[in-house]
Amino acid sequence: MDIADSIEQQVSTHPVVLYMKGTPQQPQCGFSANAVQILSACGVEDFFAVNVLADPEIRQGIKDYSSWPTIPQLYVNGEFVGGSDIMAEMFQNGELKKLLEK
Amino acid sequence: MTDMKNRIESRLQSLQPQFLEVLNESHRHNVPVGSESHFKVTIVSAVFDDKPLVARHRLINATLTNEIIHSIHALALHTFTPAEWQKRHDATRTSPPCLGGSAAE
Repeated sequence: MDIADSIEQQVSTHPVVLYMKGTPQQPQCGFSANAVQILSACGVEDFFAVNVLADPEIRQGIKDYSSWPTIPQLYVNGEFVGGSDIMAEMFQNGELKKLLEK
Repeated sequence: MTDMKNRIESRLQSLQPQFLEVLNESHRHNVPVGSESHFKVTIVSAVFDDKPLVARHRLINATLTNEIIHSIHALALHTFTPAEWQKRHDATRTSPPCLGGSAAE
């Protein structure tokens, strides 16, 4: 299974997937920490987190898969939502909570 | 040491911004003094009209080119249409809104 297939499987089998640096308990980047906090503020605690620092192939693979150059990246129901700035904006205007309730 | 800031600014001029601010936030991170690694862009442009955030960010990434994107470590993007920007501006007169500064902390 190549890396794109692994990612495809991750985002299709888990409703909420966050590709991040570090873990939700110990984020290794301020933007990733912010993404975890936003999910938590939306009441989502049991999302599937992928630590890209633990796997260089995933780290590059997710950038290619999404055509998105930065980490973190949020997927909801298999769809790419965006990075932490987009999450923050969508949190402020209420869109993220609506999306996560589906 | 403002070379990267200038490169980002000059690239983004092609989006005909009504307002553009590029901040080097590297000093707030664990990098050597004078680094050009962490940037925050606030940009207001009519090209964002009717574009969702993901499309706006993709447009900026494409405009900056991989050469720039890959040579910096972090890029925070705050994108607004002129109408959205006006709304924020109006809001500051009564009570200042969060402008997302904590997003980078």
